[in-house]
Amino acid sequence: MTPAQRAAQGVTDMPASLKDLGTLAEAGAHHADIELPPDPTPFVAALERMILIRAAEERIADACTEGLVKCPAHLAIGQEAPPVGVTMHLRKTDRVFGGHRSHGHFLALTGDLHGLFAETLGKDTGVSRGMGGSMHLMAREHGFYGSVPIVGATIPMAVGAALAAKMDGDGDVAVSYFGDGATEEGSFHESLNLAVMLRAPVLFVCENNLFSSHLHIDLRQPRDSVARFAVANDIPCACIDGNDVVEISRVAGEAIAAMRNGGGPQFLECVTYRWRGHVGPREDEDVGVKRKDDLAVWKRRDPIARLAAALIKAGRIPPRAVEDITRRLQNDIERAWEQAVRDPYPPPAALLERTWSDGGSASRR
Amino acid sequence: MVGRRERVTAMITSYGAAIRDGFEYLLDNHPDVFTIGQGLWSPWYVGSSMTNLDKQFGVARVIDTPVSELATTGAALGAALCGYRPIVIHPRVDFMLLATDQIVTQAAKWRSMFGGDVSAPVTIRAIINRGGEQGAQHSQALHSWFAHIPGLRVVMPATARDARDLLIASVLNDDPVLYLDDRWLYEEQEEMPAPGPVRLEGQGARVIREGSDVTLVGCGYTTKLCREAAEALATEGISAEVVDLRVLNPLDGETVIQSAAKTNRVVAVDGDWKSCGLAAEILALVAERRSNDTPVRLARITHPDAPAPTSKALERQFYFSATDVATQARRLVG
Repeated sequence: MTPAQRAAQGVTDMPASLKDLGTLAEAGAHHADIELPPDPTPFVAALERMILIRAAEERIADACTEGLVKCPAHLAIGQEAPPVGVTMHLRKTDRVFGGHRSHGHFLALTGDLHGLFAETLGKDTGVSRGMGGSMHLMAREHGFYGSVPIVGATIPMAVGAALAAKMDGDGDVAVSYFGDGATEEGSFHESLNLAVMLRAPVLFVCENNLFSSHLHIDLRQPRDSVARFAVANDIPCACIDGNDVVEISRVAGEAIAAMRNGGGPQFLECVTYRWRGHVGPREDEDVGVKRKDDLAVWKRRDPIARLAAALIKAGRIPPRAVEDITRRLQNDIERAWEQAVRDPYPPPAALLERTWSDGGSASRR
Repeated sequence: MVGRRERVTAMITSYGAAIRDGFEYLLDNHPDVFTIGQGLWSPWYVGSSMTNLDKQFGVARVIDTPVSELATTGAALGAALCGYRPIVIHPRVDFMLLATDQIVTQAAKWRSMFGGDVSAPVTIRAIINRGGEQGAQHSQALHSWFAHIPGLRVVMPATARDARDLLIASVLNDDPVLYLDDRWLYEEQEEMPAPGPVRLEGQGARVIREGSDVTLVGCGYTTKLCREAAEALATEGISAEVVDLRVLNPLDGETVIQSAAKTNRVVAVDGDWKSCGLAAEILALVAERRSNDTPVRLARITHPDAPAPTSKALERQFYFSATDVATQARRLVG
């Protein structure tokens, strides 16, 4: 279908194939410059937050290699832009849900390095008191309502959280982050339909990194863009460059504003790529399968380097800003990591006490 | 004769109407309660138990849904995480299984896996439909399955009063609760006072008839069979004690164990399959916690380990009766 044919059918912002998108065209054509808005000030902080997420995940990756972190750690290095772009428009009373690859979602909202590190180490001081590990993060005081590794499981919860927000009537919204693999789950399709029928203010954010575990989307779906499911459910949608935080922020901002004004669900497909394997720290191997050779291509689309280049070009940051910011954050990261390593594990009584609302008396009957 | 004053505070109510009274009480007194599920705008799906609630409380709080058990249950859980106390309705247990991930892997574990401080106060109400030639996919109970799961409370009312009060207790509790009512009990009648707040913590098994020769343990519909069997046995001079379990998780083993210590004979009666089921759990509790050296005689009555049949000839073989319970009790006593 040509763009003109799509427009004639009333479908906008949805490519027939991601190969139509500039960002996914042949190597070399896709590190288009990021176009800054007239006031790019918020994107200096966005750059710093993206660097924080990457450096924190690199610290966790090292700990996986060292054998200190044993719980499955799904790293989102290379995918820092979507959570940072979306979070720029959120407030603490919104309700965000994630999945197995949610360190970035969590850090974008909280910046809480120690809480994340302690949790990945199973420590009592972690954000889930050491009961969850990398795959179970929560920080309700910042609006992060939980991430779990069952693929697609939190999508209907986000719909319910949005329904609750609608009942509260304060203009709060829900955000559901998931990957392209989740769009193959029934929970995803049920949730889109239910959200529309309930007119629930939930922003569905699909971080389409083209792979579910080791398997490319071309081997799992007849098309490589998933925004078509939003079209099928009459949900306003956009399919955009997921490594361009400025574009993500612009589109997410419009979608969230529409929901705060009483609108129903919105859908955002961010096309991106993860640099490490499905789980664990390795770049060269993905759950037993040798990595594809397109990693080098995608590294040239680095969301951090692209934003930095635009900000440097605009004279908003000095030429060596990324290195300087990284060095400064490394200190925070090491301090938080060392504290987490020293922290205590949960006490034995936690096992039963934390299962029931009445602190375990029920299970001792 | 009941005087006018008494009629206001105590009324004869059926099990189905009592469930509706529970909903009415909750929706009237708790603005954070809403109910969502398939069939809520139709009088057909849930019998007398929710008639006209949509008209009384509005379709924004009594929500009929698309055919999406998983998403509906997940949405109820999500709203529960945001300060509401939703009741999600599954008109048959069989269809609820499409939402098993949300119930077993999400709601039940939410508190534990996020550190113990976060509540998921969602109530999942499912209805057991037995017999009537409905066959293998419209007749499952599966309470033993769900009672196996730490963090998920499972309640099974056997009486009209419990049908109302355990619903209220379930919704007011801070844990996820699976509330299973039984269509074969909807016409049961009981006199009860006006509804009020009930705490689920501390609710456990109850001795509903005292006896000294044999203990009959039931839950939901089988409690009714145990009571009828006890009445029949009494005419023969056999004194049967009936224990109604009421709450299957966390299971109150103490009440059963104490009764067994008195009678030394226990018949576990369960309207589900035998293998790895609730009846086995009851007998194991008694066997391992026996306080004296007197031998305890144990028996269980369950459905045969086969899917529920459609043919009524086979249904007579599948479903047991109060007579079967009495026969088994006589064997232990004899």
